[in-house]
Amino acid sequence: MNGIRGRGIKVAYDGLVAVAGVDLTVGAGEWVALVGPNGSGKTSLLRALAGAVAAEGEIEIGGHALASLSRRRAARLVALVPQHPVLPGGMTAAEYVLLGRIPHLGYWAAEGAADRRLALAALERLDAALLADRPLGALSGGERQRVVLARAVAQDAAVLLLDEPTASLDIGHQQQVLDLVEGLRRERSIAVLGALHDLTLAAQYADRLVLLDRGLVVAEGPAEMVLTPERLTLFSGARVALLRGPGGELVVSPRRDGTGREGEVLLHGGSRPEV
Amino acid sequence: MNPEQPLRRVGPLALATALVLLVGALLAGLLVGAVDLAPGRVLAELADRLPWVSVDSGLTEQETAIVWQLRLPRVILAGLVGATLAAAGAAYQGVFRNPLADPYLLGVAAGAGLGATVGIVSASAASPVVPAAAFAGAVVAAALAYALGGVAGGGRAGTTLILGGVAVAAFFTAVQTFVQQRHADTVREVYSWILGRLSTVGWTEVALLAPYAVVSVVVLLLHRRLLDVLAVGEEEAATLGVNAARVRLLVVAAATLGTAGAVAVGGLIGFVGLVVPHAVRLLTGTSYRVILPLSVLGGAAFLMLADLGARSILSPAELPIGVITAFVGGPFFAIVLRSSRQGWGP
Repeated sequence: MNGIRGRGIKVAYDGLVAVAGVDLTVGAGEWVALVGPNGSGKTSLLRALAGAVAAEGEIEIGGHALASLSRRRAARLVALVPQHPVLPGGMTAAEYVLLGRIPHLGYWAAEGAADRRLALAALERLDAALLADRPLGALSGGERQRVVLARAVAQDAAVLLLDEPTASLDIGHQQQVLDLVEGLRRERSIAVLGALHDLTLAAQYADRLVLLDRGLVVAEGPAEMVLTPERLTLFSGARVALLRGPGGELVVSPRRDGTGREGEVLLHGGSRPEV
Repeated sequence: MNPEQPLRRVGPLALATALVLLVGALLAGLLVGAVDLAPGRVLAELADRLPWVSVDSGLTEQETAIVWQLRLPRVILAGLVGATLAAAGAAYQGVFRNPLADPYLLGVAAGAGLGATVGIVSASAASPVVPAAAFAGAVVAAALAYALGGVAGGGRAGTTLILGGVAVAAFFTAVQTFVQQRHADTVREVYSWILGRLSTVGWTEVALLAPYAVVSVVVLLLHRRLLDVLAVGEEEAATLGVNAARVRLLVVAAATLGTAGAVAVGGLIGFVGLVVPHAVRLLTGTSYRVILPLSVLGGAAFLMLADLGARSILSPAELPIGVITAFVGGPFFAIVLRSSRQGWGP
């Protein structure tokens, strides 16, 4: 099948277990959000799926066992947008996006005109065509994120892994980036797996949520089923209210100290999310 | 407007400038020397060797020999050494993501220094054993640094390799100093070798270096695209399908081989590998697609001119060429640093 299929994925760093046996499936054209507190293994799971760290268990990408693929073939099937990408300050946005074509080239081959066209098209697709000539060091946070996404688009993989793509963006840019990802998913029916710390955005954009805690999946399903009052206490004893927005969408709203007890989850604004 | 403009590799203007500089340096090297030869006659002599051209230069047989057996090999050797050192420096800077990296980073200088000292002590400064011993010392030192960087863990990451180079350099320098102290009479020869000197006996040195220089430069040029990938770090390179460790091994091996060859025939000529790539970077941008080819041309031109200075400033005596490269390179480097707007930070 296209997309991702993982069974019993385990990742450990020098004996320290980060992912402790995760089963996971993301179909073609499906958007799944990875949620969970800091240190729950989201990033490690994404790195394992991208082949960037060694992992135990079975991982299939686009129907091929990841372990049996060469690094280059794997990179043609799966693109990872890291949380903290390394952005060489003097490199231009266009040069950076062109790196996405690397997996499609032979070891010593140079990019052809087609690769350069695809790179510039990717920038255009992310409304970043005007940034092509700019050095990465001169880009704002929102511009940077679009350029990093453009590199993943130029990679032309059927699976897109996103690690906190909205971190450190203002709310408008968060929506812009997620809308762009949503557009790509629909156009190319790519499988999207994204770690998102904003639960409200996760609930709104993803088809399904996978909640991780201490390296294990604790819950999986539609946002309404996964984000229950009990489970939200996993997030370092968060004080939140689960609300309904004007369109009936789920809203996870933080509450400051003194307006509720620690670990308390309030339900307001109409009905409790149906379970 | 050309829609592919932002992705052009080497701009035609930059390429043309570098080529003009290179040809200019080559001609200057041929026209100027201890013996006064009329420039017009030297040019005519050169033109005579072109296919389908026959000109009588009017040079005597002895003067013709000065052009073909003294000046031209010397200029070509300077070009080969400069191109190799500049390419190796650029490659090391890319592979270690470190602006201070130069071709001698992995203990090559110390290894070559020890090899040459042992050669000079056991034979003589003019012996053909010296370049061979310097070459062997350089390769052994870099290989040791590489092995040490792997043992230190971190899978031969940039930093552990550099530290391996520091350890190897310290050890080899200590041994070299010891050998040198035991044979104080050779200090002057060792010292003059260390400062770098390009001297030729006909085309022997050029023929000696050419295979190493060509292989090294070609392999490094073929890696220019992958050096750009390394700029985003080991892990992201992996997600782009690039095995950073393998690229590093190949680049380090090619750069070391070329450097060892250059050191064997020219001694330790400093600053070329540092100054030339940085000047190119400052003028054209940070992509190795551009930096590497232009460093090859610029390095060749720079060393041809430096050699011209070395043999004409105190003519008929010769200055060590390393004195010229450092004398010009030091202040030039300071200017480059001052005016560089883009930092080297991540």
